[in-house]
Amino acid sequence: MSLDLANPVLVAAGCGGTGRDLAAYTDLASLGGFVTRSVTLAPRPGGSPPRIVETPSGLAHAIDLQNPGVDQFLALEVPWLLQAGTRVFVSIVGRSLGEYAELARRLGRTPGLAGIEVNLSPPDAGSSGVFDVREPFHAASVVAAVRRDLPRGLPVLAKLRADPLRVAETARAVLDAGADAVVVGNALPAAMPDGRPAGLSGPAIRPLALRCLTQVLEAVPDATAIACGGIATAAHARVVMDLGAVAVQVGASLLHDPTTAGRLASELAAAADPGEDQP
Amino acid sequence: MTASTETGRSTAGPLHVTGELLAGRRIGGHHHLTVVAPGIPERFRPGTFVAISTGSERLARRAFWIHRVKPVGGFGATLELVVETRGPGTEWLVAQPPGTRLAITGPLGRAFSLPKEPVACLLVGEGYAAAALFPLAERLRERTCPVTLLVAAPDEAHLLSTLEARRTARAVTVVTHDGSVGTRGTVGDVVAEALERSRAEVVYAAGPVATLHTVAVAAEAVGAWSQVALEQPLTCATGLCHGCVVPVTGEGGHERLVRACADGPVFRGDRVVWDALDQTVTP
Repeated sequence: MSLDLANPVLVAAGCGGTGRDLAAYTDLASLGGFVTRSVTLAPRPGGSPPRIVETPSGLAHAIDLQNPGVDQFLALEVPWLLQAGTRVFVSIVGRSLGEYAELARRLGRTPGLAGIEVNLSPPDAGSSGVFDVREPFHAASVVAAVRRDLPRGLPVLAKLRADPLRVAETARAVLDAGADAVVVGNALPAAMPDGRPAGLSGPAIRPLALRCLTQVLEAVPDATAIACGGIATAAHARVVMDLGAVAVQVGASLLHDPTTAGRLASELAAAADPGEDQP
Repeated sequence: MTASTETGRSTAGPLHVTGELLAGRRIGGHHHLTVVAPGIPERFRPGTFVAISTGSERLARRAFWIHRVKPVGGFGATLELVVETRGPGTEWLVAQPPGTRLAITGPLGRAFSLPKEPVACLLVGEGYAAAALFPLAERLRERTCPVTLLVAAPDEAHLLSTLEARRTARAVTVVTHDGSVGTRGTVGDVVAEALERSRAEVVYAAGPVATLHTVAVAAEAVGAWSQVALEQPLTCATGLCHGCVVPVTGEGGHERLVRACADGPVFRGDRVVWDALDQTVTP
């Protein structure tokens, strides 16, 4: 199943706000797609402040999946995104396989979506009841549960834990379970200065995300892989695409410069255009 | 505030531009920076702010109130920002020489609402945050609202000059914690009297959370509307990251979390759930 992306730059989950905020800086329709923040079945208030701290070349974040719940989200945020003309991938997180299946059923009934991204390892959720995907077969179970309840043509992206030791095995397991693509590179498990569970994102994690990508592509050369983790420039994107990734997701870089995704998309397009010779 | 077209690209609202540091000078305990930020001064409304990147290794943006919009020969309108150094980001910024190129985003957030009638207004500002109130005072004067200004600071060095404001304000009160200039005390000591003397129907405030809380409570006690410019630690400053949440009471009386940067920074004082905020905010 093709992801049918107009270009290889997507907004990573949780870094594009509701979309409206980002649209002030970039025409969302000019991007390859927009992955929404992760939504859950019930509303989640999210973590207590401070939620984000700056670290060397990175950000430690403990948003803890704040979202209005899937129903409110579908009613209030998705229609605007669809109208903005971008390809919308909804990121989901569940507390159980049953919740993942229920989320898939509701999203499967929503017209216009480009796909579902299954967030298999939110590192800041800590002990807050998110289904534990520690082992590759857990990840595969989640993807199978989602796949089973989605219309056949709707792509499933599996966003993998950025663990170089297990990521290749997990990629193979989720692809076998019906995922159409793997997103390689999620925030790393980290901690806030007060010890609360957090995710670490930004340029600081790029080398590790790159290692995860090479592990996956070595083990599963025909995998459709989307690279994510610290990508901030067109040069970074070219590196991962030369290695075999079909697209990139831009996340924390947008928090530093909200024009990053749009700029990458146009720079990559200019470079790919044979009519424009690069000096 | 942000008008959007059907394609999802906004036609107004904030811009992300490459600007330039034109001049910086230290005045007392603050640094006053003049920056060129093409297009932003024209869109500025009092209460909105700008975010600046302080090097590529520091991912979070630094947010600043706009003290003045003023024309500088050859550059068109420029922004004057008041910076209090807090850490490596602000220290980097104030150490930059004139001519340094800066990634600047703004104007960000929702502006102060202006009264439709020429009612009396009290403006309460503490420390560098008082900067946000000076352009507001000018707009209010244009609307013939009698303006009373209450400016506070820990000491004289951290007090913004009220010299120019004395042209726009009917009355100016100065309070310092150490008594180095004006009345010795805090905003809490004098705000009730200032409300009474000014007969203000609308109160605007900018400063530390505890001061804003005090002003909001005092305003409510005399039946005045209050609007507070709430400063929270920001990461993206553009509404993308959901890091700067503030609990507010909505129309229906239920509590919800909104973003200080995109849904604020200006809030109605009676809508902020102050107790939750006072507890959770770390300096």
